[in-house]
Amino acid sequence: MNRILILGGGVGGTLTANLLARRLGRRIKRGEATITVVDWTGNHVYQPGFMYIAFGGEKADGLQRPERGLLDKRVELVVGEIAKVEEVAREVTLTDGRTLPYDYLVLATGSRITPDEIPHFAEEAHHFYNAQAALRLRHALDAFSGGRIVVAIAGMPYKCPPAPLEVSLLIEAELRQRGLRTQSEIHFCSPIGRAFTIEPVSEMVTPILAEKGVELHTFFNVETIDPERKVIQSLEGEELPYDLLILVPPHHGAQFLIDSGLAPAPGGWLPTDRRTLQVGGRPNVFALGDATDLPLSKAGSTAHFEAPVVAERIAASVNGRGARVKQGSYEGKVICFFEVGDGKGTLLQFDYDHPPQPPTPNRVWHLGKLVFNKAYWHTVPQGRV
Amino acid sequence: MTATLTAPAVTRTIDARGSFCPGPLMELIRAIRESQVGDVLAVYSSDAGSRTDIPKWVEKAGHRLVGVETRDGYDEIVVEKLR
Repeated sequence: MNRILILGGGVGGTLTANLLARRLGRRIKRGEATITVVDWTGNHVYQPGFMYIAFGGEKADGLQRPERGLLDKRVELVVGEIAKVEEVAREVTLTDGRTLPYDYLVLATGSRITPDEIPHFAEEAHHFYNAQAALRLRHALDAFSGGRIVVAIAGMPYKCPPAPLEVSLLIEAELRQRGLRTQSEIHFCSPIGRAFTIEPVSEMVTPILAEKGVELHTFFNVETIDPERKVIQSLEGEELPYDLLILVPPHHGAQFLIDSGLAPAPGGWLPTDRRTLQVGGRPNVFALGDATDLPLSKAGSTAHFEAPVVAERIAASVNGRGARVKQGSYEGKVICFFEVGDGKGTLLQFDYDHPPQPPTPNRVWHLGKLVFNKAYWHTVPQGRV
Repeated sequence: MTATLTAPAVTRTIDARGSFCPGPLMELIRAIRESQVGDVLAVYSSDAGSRTDIPKWVEKAGHRLVGVETRDGYDEIVVEKLR
């Protein structure tokens, strides 16, 4: 028997399950293999849409669908919260006491935000990493009538590295359109010595920030908020005052991964082989998406391009053959859109060996992103793109 | 090694080779946050920008650059957490 247990019903878990169902269809029919996805809500959430809630283009209801409807009918879905992975017994325990045995384990458990790590975050700062917070930010922007907006980062790694830059530029465009730009300042705090980690992207976006009057602060890693004085303080010892604060919250891997001894504290990121996606050298345990410790974007796109590698490796093992060299090795491929405001965007496409060369921002890539937001439900989870 | 007065033992190694996003410096900052004062971190980076980015950040953040060494296709940059 080949029991494949996939923890997490996001992009990576869902796509891996569907690809494996196709590859192992005959074995599933003969009762030689099972594929089970465990998800704690039973709802599949399209997280890249959250930012668009903050800018009025999306609503929370449109960003989630029942996970069952996205899974191949040969995949079993279990809705429950995971308590622990018991490696010796090869089983996963849920908080309600159920146990799920496995022969292959796929950890697609994503990342979780922990704003409470920064004192006063809840009352002072906004973010856009869930639907509720993004809507709260929308309301704050609606109420904003001028002043100093600061966009900064309170912990790394975080989901979707371009997002805070995109938010700065989208706010700039919105304030201009609302006639509030002259009485407003926008400050973007980069954790590193330039606007963005990837140099060609930084070279593309820095003149846009300058042209639009978004002030760039480099080497500014937010450490604390002083609510009395309304300033943020950086790890590097600097301060910056704000009227409206938008802060990327700290992110961590799932707590049960730390509790199970699979991922080190405090980060909780799984030690993952950059090519095979195996966890800590274990031949039957794989990780993908945000859950890994790979030095790549934490983004759905990463999981999207990792899932076929995990599926190939498990299918090969179940079928008693070696993994195909090309299909069974992840090359670090990531593709993501980058909004720059005023209805324009660009595209970042890169892998371990090739940095991105973003095209000059234009309307096509902005519209491409909007189309992708809608087309996602019919393409990515099913492995059609 | 360059800029080496004393070379303390490395307590943690960060292999950020092949990293374009979020980048070796971000990996180092993350590790510094998780480390104790006195820890010595070695970053492996194949991104040429790290040779200038990381020393600049180390100086601004008040830590100590122990040294930078070019290896086979990558740089090893060693940093001691001072505060």
